[in-house]
Amino acid sequence: MNFAEHAAKPLLREVGIATPEGHLATNPEHAAEIAQTLGPCVVKAQVPTGKRGKAGGIKLVDGADAAATAARDIIGMEIAGHTVDTVLIEQQVAIKAEYYAAVLTNAISKGALMLFSTEGGMDIEEVAANTPEKLLQLEIDINHGAAIADVRQMLSLAELGEAEPEIAQTLCRLYEVFTRYDAELVEVNPLVVTRDDQIIALDCKFSMDDSAIARQPEIAASGSGEKLSQLEVRGVELGLKYIELDGDVGIIANGAGLTMTTMDVVSFYGGRPANFLEIGGDAYTKAKPALELVLSNPSVKSLVVNFCGAFARCDVMTQGIIDAWLELKPEIPVFFSIHGTGDVEAVAMLKQRMDMEPFSDMDSASKAAVEAARQ
Amino acid sequence: MIIRSSDKVLVQGITGRQGTFWTERMQEYGTNVVAGVNPKKAGTIHCGVPVTASAVEAMEQVGFDYSVLFIPPMLVKGAALDAIEAGAKGVCILTEHIPVRDVMYIMSAAKERGVQILGPNTAGCVTPDEGFLGFMPAFNSKIFKKGHIGILSRSGSLGTLFCLNVVSAGFGQSAFIGIGGDPIIGTTARDALMALDQLPQTKAIVMVGEIGGTMEEEAAQYAASMAKPVIAFIAGGAAPAGKKMGHAGAIVVGNKGTYKSKRDALEAAGVSVLDTPAGAVDVLRERLDGIA
Repeated sequence: MNFAEHAAKPLLREVGIATPEGHLATNPEHAAEIAQTLGPCVVKAQVPTGKRGKAGGIKLVDGADAAATAARDIIGMEIAGHTVDTVLIEQQVAIKAEYYAAVLTNAISKGALMLFSTEGGMDIEEVAANTPEKLLQLEIDINHGAAIADVRQMLSLAELGEAEPEIAQTLCRLYEVFTRYDAELVEVNPLVVTRDDQIIALDCKFSMDDSAIARQPEIAASGSGEKLSQLEVRGVELGLKYIELDGDVGIIANGAGLTMTTMDVVSFYGGRPANFLEIGGDAYTKAKPALELVLSNPSVKSLVVNFCGAFARCDVMTQGIIDAWLELKPEIPVFFSIHGTGDVEAVAMLKQRMDMEPFSDMDSASKAAVEAARQ
Repeated sequence: MIIRSSDKVLVQGITGRQGTFWTERMQEYGTNVVAGVNPKKAGTIHCGVPVTASAVEAMEQVGFDYSVLFIPPMLVKGAALDAIEAGAKGVCILTEHIPVRDVMYIMSAAKERGVQILGPNTAGCVTPDEGFLGFMPAFNSKIFKKGHIGILSRSGSLGTLFCLNVVSAGFGQSAFIGIGGDPIIGTTARDALMALDQLPQTKAIVMVGEIGGTMEEEAAQYAASMAKPVIAFIAGGAAPAGKKMGHAGAIVVGNKGTYKSKRDALEAAGVSVLDTPAGAVDVLRERLDGIA
């Protein structure tokens, strides 16, 4: 779960990392009032995504009128699929140096990874690609935590001078945010040293581990939920993993890996999947609502049903599909591939109730569905 | 993690609905389940084995090699640390949606004590005719048969499909290792590939991967050194981009993690990469020609 900047910054302040003084506004008039009290400031679009500056969502202004104009321009803007409805207006600071700092989970070390770079304010992916030596890294074992001595040793390569001890302290605090609030990523870009030698986080990106939302209810409440389509919202209500796509071949399969592979096979034969929908695990008894959901997308012109039963039983899943099919009487063609636990019963049921045979494998079923969708 | 009929197995969460159902299946198959854990039912007998208050207590009372966990997400950390402290050789974690912070604690403790972790978010592992851990349909003779193909998979459902294809073509498995679908897992694709390669009865290996992370790329480095043929399928080639992988996560992995990066790395290592699962059997026959 991603957090917009204004929702992430309080987490930094909680551990003692300073941020500029600022307030939220949802209209130009309010933006002007805030700017009046702050002096020269920056107006920033509040959407949970990066690259806001490049999209024109961040403007430096001086005075109330300029702030109102900037807010008028930014509010309503579309940035990476998000509509801006709020701006954060922050006091400008006099910058002496800009840095990049982050802590994230790392699959390779199976622990946390701290990153630091003197190339603050830049696109960090470009820094990593072009000058990897400028991206300092420290692997952290969560059972030992972030030791200040290790952080200072990493920073010694950056030649930070007098600011080094305090920057090291700030990085340790950033690590505290990472563990305390179950972050996948907490990133400050830029972290600045001001002309009067204060260390301030000008921006913050925070992404919470979705699996931890249940134990961080208060913090998670200020995060930005995923943007879902109407059908996807319905999927969540039904307890189904449904993702709406822009194609015309509907897909129902069991298990995430098999469902993703069914999408691959449909694409391999030149088709375009209309959705991802898996009914594995405990959802295998939900075949009926699953079919209703897939068919409620008007773009669907044909359907592949691909089951490979292990824990999920093919007979239970197939029965649900047949029940729903006979009730809904859809006018699109359907193509089955059925193997694994309960397949004999499932195939017999399909023959008896729908007078159909499954295809010998998922390739031929998917190929037939792709051809049918073209007609 | 390769499970043997002689290995003693502990089931943590044995008295729950899933724990009971799959313990019975494991026992029927021949897995040597010696005890179970549920602090509230310590001292009772369940599925014919003693229930203890902790893995540490089970180790003192009956001893065990591997533990398999049927435990809800928020309680996994405590249960896994218990098994590690008890001195398990390995811990198999089936649960999905465990907070990553908890997983990092488990991995750190396991590394310190030299304990193997399989998963999280795995369907388990199977050694045909010897035993299995987790919820794989080991007992279904259309899906598992003793043989010479080692199979490793991130996904349980897709792993099952490849096991089925291998058996219906007349082959069988030396072992199946489900490594799990989480971003941080204890046994990586490379670890599992190495374990299957080192089994003398393995003649070829089928690796079933997925987009994301760099595990298949790491496994490719090991595959390049192998004499036995490796066949791979990578799921997710058609998945739309935009699954948020965390801005900074992409830095460390660079342009690795995409379908193309994985396919290129594997092919450069001499691995046959399949376009669709249906091709597996023909390629297996071709690569095994003259070997098996």
